[in-house]
Amino acid sequence: MDAFWIILTGTLAGASCALIGSFLVLRKMSMLGDAISHAVLPGIVIAFLLTGSRSSIPMLLGAAGFGLLTAFLVETLHRKGRLQQDASIGVTFTWLFAIGVILISRYAGMVDLDQDCVLYGEIAYITFDMVSIAGVQVPSAVLTLAGIFLLNIIFVLVGYKELKITAFDPSLAVSLGISATFWHYALMGMVSLTTVGAFWSVGAILVVAMLIAPSVTAWLLTDRLHQMLIYGVLLSLVSAVGGYYLASFLDGSIAGAMAVVSGILFAFALFFSPTHGILSRRIRMRRMMGRAERGEEDLSSVQNI
Amino acid sequence: MNPELLDFFLLRDSSIRTVVLGSILLGVGSAAIGCFALLRKRALVGDAVAHAVLPGVALAFMIVGTKDPLALMIGAIVTGWFSMVSMDYIVRKSRIREDAAIGLTLSVFFGLGILLLTHIQHSGSANQTGLDKFLFGQAASLLTKDVVIFGSVSLLLLLIILFSFKELKLISFDPDFTKAIGFPARFLELLMTTLLVLAVVVGIQAVGVVLMAAMLITPAAAARYWTERLGVMILLSSLFGIVSGYGGAFISYLEPKMPTGPWIVVVASLTFFFSLLVAPGRGVIARALRRRQNVRVTLAENILKTMHRIGEVDGNLQGERSLKEIQEYRMIPLATLRRGLARLVSDRYVQERVGDRWSLTPEGIARGARITRLHRLWEVYLTEYVRIAPDHVHDDAESIEHVLTPELERELEGLLNRPESDPHQQVIPYR
Repeated sequence: MDAFWIILTGTLAGASCALIGSFLVLRKMSMLGDAISHAVLPGIVIAFLLTGSRSSIPMLLGAAGFGLLTAFLVETLHRKGRLQQDASIGVTFTWLFAIGVILISRYAGMVDLDQDCVLYGEIAYITFDMVSIAGVQVPSAVLTLAGIFLLNIIFVLVGYKELKITAFDPSLAVSLGISATFWHYALMGMVSLTTVGAFWSVGAILVVAMLIAPSVTAWLLTDRLHQMLIYGVLLSLVSAVGGYYLASFLDGSIAGAMAVVSGILFAFALFFSPTHGILSRRIRMRRMMGRAERGEEDLSSVQNI
Repeated sequence: MNPELLDFFLLRDSSIRTVVLGSILLGVGSAAIGCFALLRKRALVGDAVAHAVLPGVALAFMIVGTKDPLALMIGAIVTGWFSMVSMDYIVRKSRIREDAAIGLTLSVFFGLGILLLTHIQHSGSANQTGLDKFLFGQAASLLTKDVVIFGSVSLLLLLIILFSFKELKLISFDPDFTKAIGFPARFLELLMTTLLVLAVVVGIQAVGVVLMAAMLITPAAAARYWTERLGVMILLSSLFGIVSGYGGAFISYLEPKMPTGPWIVVVASLTFFFSLLVAPGRGVIARALRRRQNVRVTLAENILKTMHRIGEVDGNLQGERSLKEIQEYRMIPLATLRRGLARLVSDRYVQERVGDRWSLTPEGIARGARITRLHRLWEVYLTEYVRIAPDHVHDDAESIEHVLTPELERELEGLLNRPESDPHQQVIPYR
C-alpha cells in the first residue's frame, strides 16, 4: 500500500508541475521556476513562526506571497535596475534563500524545519501522516497534492487560450486585449502554489525537475500545446513509477530517483523522438541524400530537415 | 574596543584566521570568473554546475572509499564539466533553449547526486558522514588543510585569469572575431569552462550548492554598475567577494549559531543593492536624477523657445507675455509652466513683470534663439539629407533640439551651408 501512496504522491506532484511547467518552458522562463522553488523558503519560515503550526494553509499563503515577490523582484531588477535577466534571477533567489536559511538557524529551536527537508524532502515519510476519509486511511500529502493538481487543471482549462497566446505571441495578446502582465503574475502565483504544495512531500529538487523535464521531453515529441500538456502528465507518471522502483533497487532517495528517471526519458526523446530526435533526423537526412543521389528526389525543394 | 572583536580583526587566533582566510579565498575566484560568465549571459550556468558537482562527489567517494578532499574534488570537476558539455550539446542539437537546458541539467544531475548520496548513507559506511558538507557548505568548519587546497586552486584561477586576460576578454565579447584572427577559440572556450567549474568546486565549500550561484553572479553584477571596463570590473568584483567573505565570517563569529555561507551571500547581496542604488552612471538614483534633469532642461528650453516664437510673430522679442499667451502657443499645464518660469527667473533667463507677466532677458533671447535654430536646422537636415517629407520632420526635431551639442550645431551649419529658412519657410535665427 505504501508503494501505491508514494507513487500517487509523486505522480500528482509531477503532473501538477508538468502542467504549469510547460508554460514556463515555452516562455523561456524555466529558471524562474527554479528560483521560485528556492525563494519561497523565507515565506514558509515566517508563516511557521507566525502561526506556530505546520498546517498547510498559512504556509501555502506565505510561500505564494514570496513566490510572487520573487517574480516581481526579478522583473523590477531587470527593468528598473537594467540588470540582465539571468543575473536578476540569480541575485534574487539566492538572497531570499539565504535569508530563509538564516531565519531557520536563528529560530532553530522553534522551527521544525531544516534545509535538507526543503532540498530533498523525503517522500517515503508521507505515510506517517494519515487522515481518515470515509473509513480509508489516506496520507494528508495526497489530499493536498490532489487539491493542487485539481487547481492546476482548472487554471489551465480556464486560461488555456490566454496562456497559449501570451506564451507564443505576446504582442498579439496585447492587441486582443489580453493583459500579459496579469497572466504573467497569475502563472507565477500558480507556480509558487504548486511548488510549495509539492515541496513538503517531494522536495524542491524534484519540483524543479518536474517543472522542466516532462515538458521539455513532451516538446520533443509533439508540436501541439494540448498534446504537450497531456504527454507531460503521462511522462511524470512514468517517472514516478520508474523512480520508485529505481530507488528501492538502489536503496536511495525516491525523489532523486524520480528526477533521474525523468532525465533518462528526456535523453531517449532527445535521440529517438520520431519528429525531433537527433538520430531520427540524421537517418531521415541520410535516406533523403540516398534518394537524391539516385535521382529520385529533388533536394532543392527541401527546406526543413 | 572589545578585545574579542580585536582578536577577530587582527586575525590573532589561528582558528579565526583559517575561517576568515578560507571564506575570502573560497569567494574571490568565483567573483572574478563570475564577471566573464555574467558578460556572456551564462550566469545561471554556474548554478547548474554547482548542482552537478554532487554526483561526482558521491561517485568519487564510492570509488575511493574515503573522504580524501583531492579525490572528491576531481570527482566534482568531472561531473561539473560533463554537465556543461551536455548543456551545450542539448542547446546545439535540439530545439530546447538555454534556460530549459540549464534547469534540466541542474535537476537531473542533482537528483542523481541525491540518489547516490542516500545510497551511500543507507549502506552504512561509517566514514561517510560529512559528505553533505558539499550540499550546504561549511566555511566555519574548515580545516587548515582544506584552506590550503582550496586556496591554492583559487589563486591558480586568479593567475590564469591574469595571464590570459586579453584572450578571455576577446572570446567573451566577440567569439567570431576571435576565431577569425586565428586565436584558438575552441581551446579558450574550454579554458573558460574549466575555470568556471574550478571556481564552483571551490566556492561551494563556503556556501553550498544552492547559494553557489550568488558567489558567481552577485559580486559581478554589483561591479557591473560601477564601470564599463572589464579589468576594473574584475578587480571590483573580487573586492566585493573579499568583503562578503570577511563579513560572513565576522557575523558567524559574533553569533556562533549563525551559518557562515548564507551570511556571506547576504553581505554580497547588500553590496549589490548598494551598488544598484548609488553607483554613479548606471545606478538607479543617478539615472533618476539624470532623467529629472533632462525633464527640467526640456521644459525650460520649450518655454524659452515658445516665448521666442511669440516674439518672432509680433516682432518684439523682449515683449511681456501672460501665461495665457504662452499656453496659446504651446499647451503646457499651468502648474508645470509656473514651475518652469520660476526656475528660469532664478537662472536669469526670464524676468517677472507686474501683473503676472513675463519677459525674456538677453540671455533668454539668445538661448531661445539657439533652440529655435537647432530645431529648424535639423528639419532642413532631415528633408535634404534623409529625404523625409517636410510635414514629418517636426516631431523628431522637437526631441533632438535639446540634445545637439555646440560642435554638432557648427557641423550642421557647415554641412547645410547656413540655410536662410527651414522647410516651413520660417527664418532661421543666427547669432
